[in-house]
This record gives sequence, C-alpha cells and structure tokens, in this order.
Amino acid sequence: MNNSKNVFDVIVVGAGHAGCEAALVCSRLNLKTLLLTINIDKIALMPCNPSIGGVGKSQLVAELDALGGQMAKTAEKTLIQLKILNKSKGPAVQSLRAQIDKKAYEIEMKYVLENTPNLILRQGNVCNILVENQIVKGVEIEGGIYFYSNAVIVTTGTFLRGRIIIGDKEYKAGRMGEYLSLNLTKSLNNLGIKTDRYQTATPPRIDKRTIDFSKTIEQPGEFEPLNFSFWNEKTIHKNISSYLTYTNKKTHEIIAKNIDKSPIRSGIISTHGPRHCPSIDRKVINFPEKTRHPVFIEPEGEYTNEMYLQGLTTSMPIEFQQLIVNSVEGLENARIIRPGYAVEYDYIFPSQLNLTLESKIIENLFFAGQINGTSGYEEAAVQGFIAGVNASLKLLKKPELILTREESYTGVLIDDLITKELYEPYRMYTSRAEYRLLLRSDNADLRLSKYGYEIGLINKKQYDKVLNKEKEIQILNEFLKQKVIFPASKNNEILKNMNSAVIEVPTNLYQILKRPEIRILDLLNNFGFDFTIKDNDVYNQVEINTKYEGYILKQLEEIKKYSNLEKITIPQTFDYFKINGLTFEAKEKLNSIKPNTLGQASRIAGVSPADISILLIYLKSKSGR
Amino acid sequence: MEEDTITALATKAGESAVNIIKISGNNSIEIAQKIFKSKSQRKLQELKTYSMIYGNIYDENGDIIDEVIISIMKTPHSYTREDVVEINCHGGIAAVNKILDLVIKSGARLAEPGEFTKRAFMNGRIDLTQVEAIADIIYAKTETSLKIAANNLKGILSQEIKSIRKDLLDLIIDVEASIDFTEEDIEIITYDEMLKRVKFISSKLKELIKNEEKGEIVKNGIKVAIIGKPNVGKSSLLNLIIKKDKAIVTPIPGTTRDAVEEILYLNGIPVIMTDTAGIRESKNMIEKIGVNKSMGEIERSDILIIVIDNSRKITNEDIEILNKSKEKKHILCINKIDKKSKIDKMEIKKYIDEKLIVEVSALKNTGIDKLEEKIKDLTIGKDRFEIEEKIIINKRQKITIQKAKESIDNAINAIKNKLSQEFPALDLRNAYNLLGEIIGENTNEDILNGIFSKFCVGK
Ligand SMILES: Nc1nc2c(ncn2[C@@H]2O[C@H](COP(=O)(O)OP(=O)(O)OP(=O)(O)O)[C@@H](O)[C@H]2O)c(=O)[nH]1
Ligand SMILES: [Mg+2]
Repeated sequence: MNNSKNVFDVIVVGAGHAGCEAALVCSRLNLKTLLLTINIDKIALMPCNPSIGGVGKSQLVAELDALGGQMAKTAEKTLIQLKILNKSKGPAVQSLRAQIDKKAYEIEMKYVLENTPNLILRQGNVCNILVENQIVKGVEIEGGIYFYSNAVIVTTGTFLRGRIIIGDKEYKAGRMGEYLSLNLTKSLNNLGIKTDRYQTATPPRIDKRTIDFSKTIEQPGEFEPLNFSFWNEKTIHKNISSYLTYTNKKTHEIIAKNIDKSPIRSGIISTHGPRHCPSIDRKVINFPEKTRHPVFIEPEGEYTNEMYLQGLTTSMPIEFQQLIVNSVEGLENARIIRPGYAVEYDYIFPSQLNLTLESKIIENLFFAGQINGTSGYEEAAVQGFIAGVNASLKLLKKPELILTREESYTGVLIDDLITKELYEPYRMYTSRAEYRLLLRSDNADLRLSKYGYEIGLINKKQYDKVLNKEKEIQILNEFLKQKVIFPASKNNEILKNMNSAVIEVPTNLYQILKRPEIRILDLLNNFGFDFTIKDNDVYNQVEINTKYEGYILKQLEEIKKYSNLEKITIPQTFDYFKINGLTFEAKEKLNSIKPNTLGQASRIAGVSPADISILLIYLKSKSGR
Repeated sequence: MEEDTITALATKAGESAVNIIKISGNNSIEIAQKIFKSKSQRKLQELKTYSMIYGNIYDENGDIIDEVIISIMKTPHSYTREDVVEINCHGGIAAVNKILDLVIKSGARLAEPGEFTKRAFMNGRIDLTQVEAIADIIYAKTETSLKIAANNLKGILSQEIKSIRKDLLDLIIDVEASIDFTEEDIEIITYDEMLKRVKFISSKLKELIKNEEKGEIVKNGIKVAIIGKPNVGKSSLLNLIIKKDKAIVTPIPGTTRDAVEEILYLNGIPVIMTDTAGIRESKNMIEKIGVNKSMGEIERSDILIIVIDNSRKITNEDIEILNKSKEKKHILCINKIDKKSKIDKMEIKKYIDEKLIVEVSALKNTGIDKLEEKIKDLTIGKDRFEIEEKIIINKRQKITIQKAKESIDNAINAIKNKLSQEFPALDLRNAYNLLGEIIGENTNEDILNGIFSKFCVGK
C-alpha cells in the first residue's frame, strides 16, 4: 500500500488562494508537493467579487509579493482595471484594487502550478487526515487511496460540510454547483480539533446586455502607469470600467415586505456572517433610515457578459432577487444569469494554531485560509504562504518564519486570528494595524523581502534591487541634508514660484521638503540639482519619510514601548489556573488561547493590564531573576 | 533577596497627623540608626522584632528634625520578609520630606512604585491575589494601567475619563470609517467637524488636569516663598503670617542666611511658607550662598511674595527680582507703610498688575489680612473647593492624562493643517489608549465594532 509514488514531503488539501500559495512555496523550496483538489477545473476560483486588493487588503498582497508569493503576479497578468483607493489620503492608507478577469486568473494560476517543478496536481476529495502519535502522516481521499507525507496543509475554504441556501432551498455543496467535503470535519474533530460554522454570501450576476448604463455612473480605473507587483515595471493597464448605481425606496420596500422570505429572518441561517459583507436584506433591517445603498456593477471578466452586483448580496428566493435587481436604477430590465446565495461551512477555531499556522496538538498539520475563519482571497493567500513557508522550514529543519505586528499586516492578521475572540469571518482593515503608518504597500519590499530572500523565494536579482533601493534612499537622504539653500533673492524667488514661503536663514533641502506643498522632484529640478537614481520609487520613499517623519518616529517610539512585553515568552505548558491572582475570565481565556508572548496575552479581550502585571512578575520570578 | 535597601513614604502626605516612612532591606536598621537617637539611648540594633522605640531624628548638623516613634520588624517577620523599619513622624510635610531625604542620604534608595509589594511577592510573603491589588510594575505598558489605579478611581474621575473616552471613540470611529470604508456611501466627517469635537475633548482634559493640580496641592501642599532685597521685612512678615517667631528679625541687612520653612493650613490646604535670604550682590561668602539658595527657592516655589521697602527708593535689584518672578504666580508686598513713602507707585505698575499689589506694615500689623486673602486667592482660587477624593490621584495618572492631552493637541494641529485622516487618527488613538490605561481598559475591538454598528458599510 505504501506505494512510493504516493509519498510526498508535503500535501496541500485544496487549491484555492491559500492552497495555491502554499503548494507553490513548498515546491519552490524543492519539497515534493502534492496539491489535491476536489475539482481540477476549479483552481484559484474567485467565487465572490471579481477583484483583488482594496483598503487593507492590497497591503497584504504587497507583502505577499515582497516575500515571494504568487498572487500579485498572477493578478497583474489578468487584471482588467487598476484603481487607487484613498487617493486623496496619505501613502499609508492608499490602496490598489485590481478588477480581475476571473477565468483568466484561474487559467493563469493553473498554468503556473502545472509548470512548477516538484508540484504534482491531482484531483481528489480528502476525507481523512492520517496521524500517528500526534504527528501527521498523510491523507486519505474518497475511494480509499492513501497519500503519505511529512506535512499536511489544509486549505479547504468553504468546502467542509458546505450548505448553500437560496430562499427556502438548501443544497449540499462546497460552492454553487460543486462537490463538498462531507467527512473531513469529522476526521479533524476526531483529532481533537474543534470546529464551528460560519456563513457568507454572494450577490446575483446579471447579463451586461440588459443593463441601461446611461442611468449609472461610470467608474473607470487609473490611466497612469502602475504596477501591482513590485517585480514588474510600471505600465498602463487595461481599463475596463465598473458602474455605480443605487438602491432606492422601492428596493427597500420589496425587501421589507418579503423579509420573512430572507433566510436570515426565516431562521434557515442562524450562523454568524461577516458584518463587512452584509446582505442587502441585513442592511435594510439594520439601517431602515437609509434611503439608498450603493451598488457597483463590475465585470466578471473581459470575455463574458456576466456582471457582478457589489452591494446587492442576498440569498432571498430567486424570484425576489429578480424583483430586487429590477427595482434598481439602470437594472430595470436586467436579467439574472446566476442568483446570489449564502453558504454555510465549518471552520476551525484559529486559536488552536501556533503563529506558524501549525496545529498546537497535531505536529506538522497546518491550516490556512477560510477554514481558519477568515474571508477574502488576499487574507487566504497570505496564510497559505505562511503555512507553506513554515511547513517547509520545519521539514528543512530551519527556524520558523513569524512576522510580527510591528513589521507587517500579515503579522497583524495571524496574531489577531490566534489571539482575539472572533465572531465573524475576519477581514483585514488598515485600522487593525496599530503601526499603520509604517506598514505601507509602498515599502513592503523594504520591510519583508529580506525574509523572502533568506528563505529562498526571492532571487538574488530581485533582492539586489531592494538593496540598491535601500542604498539609494540613504544617499538621497544624506544629499538632502547636506545641500543647503541660502536665503538669496534668487532662491526665494524659486520658492515663491513653488507657492512656498521664503527662507530667512540657510536651510537644507531636507527641511524644505518637509513643507507639505513641496514635492521632491520639483525641489530638485527647480534648484537645479542633478540627482540620478536607478529606482524612481526612491524619490517616493524619501519624500514620505521626510514629510511624515514626526509621525513615523512616534510609531517607532510606540513599538519600543511595547517591545518588552513582546519579548517575554510564555511556555505552552504554562498552567494559568495555578495562579491565584488572575481573574477567572483571564484564566479561561489565557488557557484556551495559550499565547506565546506576554505581548500576545495583553491583546486578548478579557485579560486586563493587571492580569498582565501578575503574569509578568510570575514569569520573571520563575526565570530566576 | 535584594541587595539594596529601599524606602518610601507609606502614608499619604498631607494633613494626616502621622506619616510613616518605610525602609526595607538588609541595611534598613543601620540606615535608620544613622539619623536617630532614642530617648532611652538604646540602639535600634539591640531591639527585638516587633518592638517600638521613641526618639528624635537628627539632620547632618545635629539639629532635631522631628520627634518620632520607630518600629522594627526583622526578617522574616515583615511584610517584605526583609528587615523593615517604620518611622512614624509627627511633624508636617516638610519634616517628613526632610527625613525621607536623610534616609536616602544614609544609603537607601527611593522605592519604585509597588516595589515593597514586589519584594513581598518575590520573597514568598504574599500570593498573587494580594499582588493583584497592589501590582505596580516596571514596564511601561502596565505601569500606568494597573487595577489599583482603577480601584483608586472608582469615583467621579474614572467616570469622567470614561465619558471623555466615549467622545473620543465616537470621533475615532468616524475618522476611521472614512479611511477603511472609503468607497461606501457614508457621510465623511469634515475637518471642521473633527476640529470642533477634538477641541471639546481637549478642553475636557484640560479641566481634568486642573482638578488634578488641585488634588496635588491637597496632597503635597503649596510652596510660597517670600523674596526681596535684604532688610525689607521678609522675616517679619513670615512671623506674622505663621503667627510664631520662627525667623530671626534684626535691623542688619542680610540676617536671614538660609531658607526658613513653616507650614500653615489655609482651608485645609497645607501651605509651606519659606523665608529666604535677601537677594543682592554680596561679597560675603555665606551670604552669597544664601542668595544662591534664594534663587533656587524661587525655582522650587509655586507662589512668590515679593517684598519691597516703602521707605526706600526702588532699585534695579527690585526690578530684577520682579522680572525673575514673572514665570510664577506672585504678589508684590509693599512693606513698612508706616514709614514715609519713597517709592514711585506709577513706576511699579509698569512691572506688575495693580491687583497683585498689597500694602502692609509688619511692624504695625496692618494689611496682613489682605495679604493672606491674596495668598488664598492664588493657592486655592476664589471659589474654595472641597477636598474631594476624586481629584486626588497619583502623579503617574496625571502624567498620563497630560500625555493624552498632548496627543489630542497634536491631533488639533494635524486637523488644522488638513493632514490626511490617518495622521490625526493616530494621535486620537494614542490618547484613547492612554486614557484606557488609567482606568485599566483594553481597547481591542472597540473601533471596528463601533464602525459596524454606526455605519451601514460593507459590500
Ligand atoms: N518701620 C517698620 N519697620 C519694619 C517693618 N517690617 C520690618 N521692619 C524692620 O526692618 C528690619 C528688617 O526686618 P527683617 O524682617 O529682618 O527683614 P528681612 O527682609 O528678613 O532682612 P534680611 O533677612 O536681612 O534679608 C527690622 O529691624 C524690622 O523690625 C515695618 O513694617 N515697618
Ligand atoms: Mg530675614
């Protein structure tokens, strides 16, 4: 039975956004990797919105890209529009969003997988995780075939006991029209891994030819050259528009009148759905005072007439979905191609994982993506990457990769997942990152590609580019500090022409650049400084660091303040119940989450600063002062 | 066991009749012995554990500072399980401070907040349940955020902070929503609106700090220094105000060579009156030292009473003293009005507000009540405030509130300069966290929860 053909280093279960990244990492690190998926035609599917990125999410994608992940590259190849969100705001919260041709993305990703050495793609529905002595040994797929490996990464998305709901109809399915995994949950539960159910939903898609675009507002993308991946040159991308329209009184009346048909009201759905993705039914119930809600009409691809209705998520019966759609301006004659639906599925409590995404109880068993209670392609992909990296590093007997909250959104995501009590699928926001001003998309390469290079997922040439950028930033910084402008009338004339105040004492370029109205290239050009650098982004970095220096320093100060707590580790075997001083709530929470550091403990809801003090003294006294 | 010996005031400084200074560590008994002589001539080292002894504390010059009772608790029969000495002092706050000073000079170190408790815990004296109530520890994050703070603040102050935090959170929610939900159909908060709300919060914090300052006064007293040229009558005035002949009065200019202190209570507020050496250029070494001390006294004081002599012409020295006093609250006292006036009042008014001038005669005891009124006005304000528990909070809490206010004021600047929302957001969140530390509240999910319940967001 132990056929050597069926023996691998790593098995990845599921080929969604998490699974693809995980499998690519492992195989690129020369580990023999098997990627199993229920349906080989459904790789890297985007079952909900046809876009990648967005506020908070594009930061994740940029980090993944800097570390050597795949998502940004594939997205850049298949995107049909690129937009900068928060354009009027500062660099930290500006975010890119790419409208993606879904089918192209699937094909492109499958092509990458198929052509990666060491990666074997295979159809199969995993029903059982093989474990011996609390160490993972492989998987069994339906039909009784066994595959063996030293590590298993589970990335099954919404497929565990998936249940699809439209109105009062229910189907067992992983996604609309797809097989599901009926037995894997039981296998996990038998191993001691606890699960619960979440729910999420998607809007109907309509036929482009039946939309009256004249009643909508066109939403084009950017026309300037941009890049979605650091490693690509900036180019002008395809620019296929989306359209904006709004719901109205009539829409809300239809919903209100038929609210009893909504599964969230009828009781068919009782599980937690994400608040960031409310159905239109939910919006009407919760915000009756609002007279309209926006609906973005987005193309599902370049070569399809299917249009996605962002904002009209619903799982009402199909006939009511049609009424709701037709009540919206511009969609009076719109024809639904496929209805919206809700899906309910099993997820595991992510607090059962280490920060490496490895199970705390079964060695070499990793989890990533929606199964960990997150939502979003981007959130899934970074987890897949981190799980893949850590599974590989472990098998290669190298130190693990844990990104911290101070250095990355990825760190924020995983720390939040493992530490916080979550009641709904987790989506990234910039407000979740306390060091938001430091964790920008534009500096993700400077922050993180060193790790990618160390691990071997970023090549020398790429890394040299980053090192060069670092060096040039330093040189330009020094240049700005050295070059002094004297208060000569000629110079003040130049400043006046730049709408800036005159100087009265000799002032260096650096000080002048701090003025909000001064842009770095104008400054250098107008004062006739010839400064040539290879990487144009260097100007941008220096400008940001100079202009926002005060705030950046403040954040660095904050990090220092809390770094002590982050450094104090708590053994996994620590018995919280032994410590009398802790409140009962704190004991329970700490015991169930088992934080790795005091810093992590301090972020657990219900653990007060006083509890942390007690732990601190206890740990210090234990470590023998 | 710790090697060094620590000390701290164990009681609240202020009106309580007895203040206790605690010393703990290997050398505590030895240190106490250095500054103490018992009436019975017995040495502290000879005493058994849990005994008490009566005697005097002496300073470096052998002067008696205070009559005290000392209790001795020997290791391991003490709170910290180390040798512990408690000095029960009867004198006012000035004496207590002086004794604490002497203890430190004799080799003890001022204890960190909570250090006695920490030692008790480390030496196995108390369990963590007990620590919890007193835990005051070393690290920044926890330092200001202890339960003890929350307990101490169970009154109006903590409610006040909660209410300010609520306003702050509401504002943060609006600001954050405009960042993370940029494409939603929500009302984006305007800069004007932000400014209005943030200014309101700033004014609330300012009020709070003002209250705390009053609290500090209640606790630690307010320092008033009498300054002026030699021989203008400073010492005479001090004696009149404290109703004792404490300072030496002579017709020889330069009599007072060292600051003389006395406490009096005005409406229950301890006021530490200090007489100083007359300020002038002097060749006499000792007097010179005295003058330098007087300048230091100006620095240390909260309020200055500048005395000039009615019977002599105003000199540059007077003007200089007036100018030096500008930074502090001050009163100008024109003394010796029983004598013929040689001063030009019009000229004086160039340097000081008329309302701050009182005319007195220390000799004839006239105008002293008016002077006292003025001192009261400056120390406790026109409207006498009650000594309320709520305003008595510790220094660290005050510092934290001040930091929060600084953050808020930074946000005001950022908003005025129309910086992008995430910048004031950072200042606001910082203030929110700081205030949370005081009342021991975690901030975790407040912001996103707020956004979701307030706005209809999400796609
Ligand atoms: N006529 C008159 N004499 C006064 C008055 N106040 C003080 N004196 C006299 O002025 C002289 C100096 O008074 P002190 O109180 O010692 O003055 P001082 O400012 O403390 O002097 P130094 O300590 O030397 O700086 C003494 O002889 C006092 O009796 C007053 O109101 N009227
Ligand atoms: Mg005197």
